[in-house]
Amino acid sequence: MDSSHTTTGFEKEKNSFDTKAIWKTFWILLAITVFELIVAIIYFETHFFPKHILNGVFVIMTLAKAFFIVAEFMHLGHEIRNLVMTIAIPACLFIWFLVAFMWDGSSYHELRMRYDGYQFEQSKTKVKPVEHKEEGKKPGVE
Amino acid sequence: MAHTVPVGQKWWSGGKSPFNVEYGKLMMWYFLMSDAFTFGAFLISYGTIRFSSSSWPDPNQVFRSFPVIGQMSVPLAFVSLMTFILIMSSVTMVMAVGAGQMHDRKAVMKWMFLTILGGLAFLGCQAWEWTHLYGEGAWWGRNPFINIDQTQSTTNFTNYFFTITGFHGFHVFSGVIINICMLIKTWRGDFEKTGHYLMIEKAGLYWHFVDLVWVFVFTCFYLL
Repeated sequence: MDSSHTTTGFEKEKNSFDTKAIWKTFWILLAITVFELIVAIIYFETHFFPKHILNGVFVIMTLAKAFFIVAEFMHLGHEIRNLVMTIAIPACLFIWFLVAFMWDGSSYHELRMRYDGYQFEQSKTKVKPVEHKEEGKKPGVE
Repeated sequence: MAHTVPVGQKWWSGGKSPFNVEYGKLMMWYFLMSDAFTFGAFLISYGTIRFSSSSWPDPNQVFRSFPVIGQMSVPLAFVSLMTFILIMSSVTMVMAVGAGQMHDRKAVMKWMFLTILGGLAFLGCQAWEWTHLYGEGAWWGRNPFINIDQTQSTTNFTNYFFTITGFHGFHVFSGVIINICMLIKTWRGDFEKTGHYLMIEKAGLYWHFVDLVWVFVFTCFYLL
């Protein structure tokens, strides 16, 4: 096919491009996003289900979208296993990052609520919403 | 994983790339890998601070405006439009890559042009959103919004929002610049001379990465 490439030693796939698969991926991504929005708005209007379950659903949906973008749009799903693994294995570090830092965050929250009187007071004191339109408004903006 | 290594084929014995991709493309993957960790560090820091706070502003309250329609409250509508624009421009980018594999110069130019338009539309939306929030009194160090349980909020909310969406917006901006360069190179026929459109594929990887990051930013700031 192209003479310039045989020297670098990789085999180019011939006409691997699949328009149908791309549109299918697009519709999947769109459907997931619309679903997320509908659920978010139902929650906002009715507070029908507990927020932490909803958050779990959002995280799973996000990971699904990320998978489709990386596998189809970025074509990683069609590369050879060696390449997939050099990307996928380091990405697993994120599991540890998330667990460690979220854990640390909630521990810090507990400590503050227990030992920091000011923070504890703040978390109990209701305030009135600021009038947005007056404050910080500059002429010529909005 | 459609293409696993065939049985008996020795990828590691020299003479061919064990990853079966061009050097530049492989390096683009590793650059994106490192960039993913940069964004990951930002988002995880945001998550940690959010976990350590007793409450947080409600995104449905904060992000409920849409251009032109004035004071009407439409939670998350505008940011969904932005998401749609970015996914759409990712599709046109894949089309450009596909056209490049077919050596169809005209089609590459058409799809690259549409991708650039999508990127500019996204940046325009973000500019509007920032301006609107600024008008409401939000900026680095200023937070007019209160928490969802009516307690006093901190500037952590606005600081993280503007820093992370700003960093992402800067990536979109650089992506648009890269795509414009690729469009000019295509138009000049540079890729016909080199005999392949691999540069388009590399620019494409970067562009999809920007879309990928937006998926996470969208979830972290607007849904959770």
